[in-house]
Amino acid sequence: MPQPDVQLFDNCQQQQPLLQQAAEAITAATNWQDKYRLLMQAGKLLPQLPPQWQQQTARVSGCESAVWLYHLQQQQRHLYLADSDARIVRGLIALLLAAVNNATSAELAAFSAEAYFARLGLAGQLSPSRSNGLYAIANTMKNLSK
Amino acid sequence: MSSSIIRQQFPLLQQMMGSYPLCYLDNAATSQKPERVIQAMDDYYRRNNANVHRGSYQLSAAATSAFEAVRLKVQQFIHAPQPQEVIFTHGTTEALNLLAYGLGKQLQPGDRILVDSTAHHANLVPWQQLAQRCGAEIIAIPLTHELRLDHQALKVLLQQPTKLVALSHVSNVLGSVNDIPTLAQEIRAAGAICVVDGAQAIGHLPVDVQLLGCDFYAFSGHKMYGPTGVGVLWGRQSRLETLEPMLTGGEMIKSVSFAHTEFGELPFRLEAGTPPIAEVIGLGAAIDFLNSLERDQVQQQEQQLLLQLQQQLAALPGITLYGAHADNSGALAFNLAGEHHQDVGILLDQQGVAIRCGHHCAMPLMQLLGLKGCCRASLGVYNNADDIERFIKAMRTTITMLTGE
Repeated sequence: MPQPDVQLFDNCQQQQPLLQQAAEAITAATNWQDKYRLLMQAGKLLPQLPPQWQQQTARVSGCESAVWLYHLQQQQRHLYLADSDARIVRGLIALLLAAVNNATSAELAAFSAEAYFARLGLAGQLSPSRSNGLYAIANTMKNLSK
Repeated sequence: MSSSIIRQQFPLLQQMMGSYPLCYLDNAATSQKPERVIQAMDDYYRRNNANVHRGSYQLSAAATSAFEAVRLKVQQFIHAPQPQEVIFTHGTTEALNLLAYGLGKQLQPGDRILVDSTAHHANLVPWQQLAQRCGAEIIAIPLTHELRLDHQALKVLLQQPTKLVALSHVSNVLGSVNDIPTLAQEIRAAGAICVVDGAQAIGHLPVDVQLLGCDFYAFSGHKMYGPTGVGVLWGRQSRLETLEPMLTGGEMIKSVSFAHTEFGELPFRLEAGTPPIAEVIGLGAAIDFLNSLERDQVQQQEQQLLLQLQQQLAALPGITLYGAHADNSGALAFNLAGEHHQDVGILLDQQGVAIRCGHHCAMPLMQLLGLKGCCRASLGVYNNADDIERFIKAMRTTITMLTGE
């Protein structure tokens, strides 16, 4: 599979502090409207994947929306680049990246998406069904790091 | 009968989704079940459970009587000439697969099969598979600009020899209704077999297979307030008798030796294995439920609600409806400009509103519309003006959250 330039991974990586702030704000929000508004805002912090990289071969299967995911290993660290054509899934990707972008294999192996989204207060609202594909994305990220 | 009296019979609808009352508008996927259906199945397992047709004891005789009584109920419900024309299946999908398999030896290479462009995959893929096995050709019947079946185009297609035409009675995505009596007559006059997928019609419209005039009609129990796991293939007896059984073994045989097996009579020759007995009993209770309603009046109420839904939704900013006609039935397809259908569905879900978002198992129709997918709201007998109001209110919130308008 052709791979985007390392620069694109770096751009995404640079958003990490903002994404982590967004995750904290979502944790603190108390009603669903605020959580989802913040979630969609978090999605906007994610650099858009240029159209030439919206490739069928990079699609994560099991998502109702289109989700593209790329992975790059630099020394012991795993970098990800991901995007979606849907706002909420894009926000969920932003939250996933806030937790695991630049993680080690061991950290990724220990990462539980269920527990993470429960902490964010989103677990009850995001079923592990195929509709949002959240767990498919998290599992694909983990598998790529193995 | 008022919709509130109907609604009270559905225990599931009383619940809250978080702090919002459940607003269930995904009836085209599956309908909820009235108390009497749940009780009939519960009662069957508590009091009458035994395998049917074979037992020499009272319990089995009672189960067999109850099971076969439902065949008669279905026969009356769809006005089938003969009870043995009612074949129990696991649902519409199995009914159409059973049919496509069963017709296999009757098709030759080059035979033409015409398929409705709105067809659910269950009424397309079995024909594709059949076409691959026997070298037949699948041809899509075009739609008009209004997204109705193009009647003139079908007439032209039927001028060439055609083996079979597969139609939706009601489109599961758009809710548009095909004029089956007219179409079936023309199709049969052209010498083709007319197959109708009635999954989306059976819970909404009166179905009289003799008036419809088709050769085969398939539907599911769970879309007519009955349980999942049961459906019906109705066919003209003369046609059913020509079908090769897809499944063999169990109840469907007359005699078996290692040298030869003689298949039994209809309906059993097409019902191999232990049938879904409790589900058939539940289907019988669902028919009792529908028969207990003043169906003309209920149908009018449902039609009024669909019109309200079409009008109120169309008036919201950025909403496009697809093929929404006043004579549609049950369902309404739409999108919000520039927004993904999944985002709309997720935000509605947060407000207790259950609709369906996706390709609705009709990918060729999505390709025709140039869409990745769409949202679909669909009604049942228990929906009321409050549901429409809640849905529209939730849509306003959704639009504001997504577009800032």
